[in-house]
Amino acid sequence: MPFSAPPPASGERYALSASLDNARHLSSLLRAVHFQDHATCLATASGLRVTVEDAKCIQANAFIQAEIFQEFSIQEESVMFRISLSVLLDCLTIFGTSSLPGTSTALRMCYRGYGYPLMLFLEEGGVVTVCKIHTQEPEELLDFDFCSTKVVNKIILQSEGLREAFAELDMTSEVLQITMSPDKPYFRLSTFGNAGSAHLDYPRDSDLMEAFHCNQTQTNRYKISLLKPSTKALALSCKVSIRTDAQGFLSLQYMIRNEDGQICFVEYYCCPDENITEAEL
Amino acid sequence: MRFRAKIVDLACLNHFSRIINTIAKLAKTCILRLTVCKLYFILSDKVANGGASMWCELSQGNFFDEFQMEGVAAEHNEIYLEFVPENLSRALKTAQSAKAVKIKLTNKHCPCLRVAVELPSLSSSSRIVTHDIPVGVIPRRMWNDFREPSVPDFDVSIYLPVLKTMKSVVERMKNLSNFIVIEANLSGEMNLKIETDLVSVTTHFKDLGNPPWASEDGCQSSVQGRDLESMAEACIDIKKLQQLLAGQQVNPTKALCNIVRKRIVHFILLHEEVSLQYFIPAVA
Repeated sequence: MPFSAPPPASGERYALSASLDNARHLSSLLRAVHFQDHATCLATASGLRVTVEDAKCIQANAFIQAEIFQEFSIQEESVMFRISLSVLLDCLTIFGTSSLPGTSTALRMCYRGYGYPLMLFLEEGGVVTVCKIHTQEPEELLDFDFCSTKVVNKIILQSEGLREAFAELDMTSEVLQITMSPDKPYFRLSTFGNAGSAHLDYPRDSDLMEAFHCNQTQTNRYKISLLKPSTKALALSCKVSIRTDAQGFLSLQYMIRNEDGQICFVEYYCCPDENITEAEL
Repeated sequence: MRFRAKIVDLACLNHFSRIINTIAKLAKTCILRLTVCKLYFILSDKVANGGASMWCELSQGNFFDEFQMEGVAAEHNEIYLEFVPENLSRALKTAQSAKAVKIKLTNKHCPCLRVAVELPSLSSSSRIVTHDIPVGVIPRRMWNDFREPSVPDFDVSIYLPVLKTMKSVVERMKNLSNFIVIEANLSGEMNLKIETDLVSVTTHFKDLGNPPWASEDGCQSSVQGRDLESMAEACIDIKKLQQLLAGQQVNPTKALCNIVRKRIVHFILLHEEVSLQYFIPAVA
């Protein structure tokens, strides 16, 4: 361990115990899903999954696999709790968010189990901060039942192609319309705002298009306010996969490379907006 | 009563502006006390300020190229003015590349500090931007309200940690709680703590060092024989601490605090030419 924080006393079994040399590997991913105050954390032997939901329509998951941690040990099959993501992020970034080269905050995370608070030990430059964050009963999470066999359309794009588009989305539009098709326009993002409609097309042979598997023409609309937070994940990522199923459910998967070059994933699932009339389409 | 002063040196001007910016972060309104040798910025501990008080003192010779002051009377050769430091801060913002800044006390319609900023211009005549900052003249009978606060009979005196780290930690803690506990001991250890129903966070600083205080007022002798490990703590309004730290744009030469347990925390920040003392009372 990079610092002499009090290790769990012998006899004290921690349901979850993990160490990370650079807390930013965790905090930057959590920020990419921080659009609600509360999050559900699930720890298994594979690693940590942090889930945030809103309006029963959108779910974001940040995956930090066990290999990213310097130490990741879990005593039960799975450990799950609900926690304030805002508080967790304030604690993880207690020494500031600016990443000076060569400096990083070391983290040790311990959770004794159901009913206990999450303990964080953070160290930077010889200064140690100890945090005790209250945990809550986990709530039931949405299951979008999205598996690869049900995917109708899928494309993989380099994120730099989408970043500007998402950052400049017309927020006066209530919806973001996504069209995916084996024929023109192939992949189109549309908004319908106060100033008029805007359409952004990506041709299938574009340099940015890494994979294009569209079998059926689909046009779906999603509440723009729900999708806008995914811009944070897009900003961090190098690639994004966009998939829809027969019901029009949307899956956005972002591949994120951290400071050490390790790969992590963030995904967003969104339900289509039901209030569409034929006239609008 | 007369006052006129001039700064020509750009470095002095920028330094002076930085000091005014710091004062503006700490006080909405404060007192400017002018004497022959020094300027003082004073905030007295009224309830309206949340009980915090400030005493900032600088030698005019380190900043002004010209400085002429005539007080209210010969035996009381001082001027006390009440003003809004943010107004002066804004006026000095226009002086970032000025050739000179002149400050003068005037009383055309009402008492003002007239700040005339001479800016470089392409033509032969200079451009002058003038700001009139309203001031209130404090009558002599009230001067006693603004005396220098004495150093309290503290339990612990300790050097502050690196301000940048302290500032980051306090800023995050401010998101989590309205109050912060500062505790320190005579072994150079300081802890900053917040605790609410949702979360408790403690940051531990070590090896900070404790300033040696001369025993003129018997402080030192009461300290010897004291348990070096025992902590003296005070719970204070976190916003006041954050304002003090946020206002420090340059690292001070010396930064320390004196804690009177459960009563008050006295911060002393020394730069080469300026000393700033800030008192934050403990909450009940």
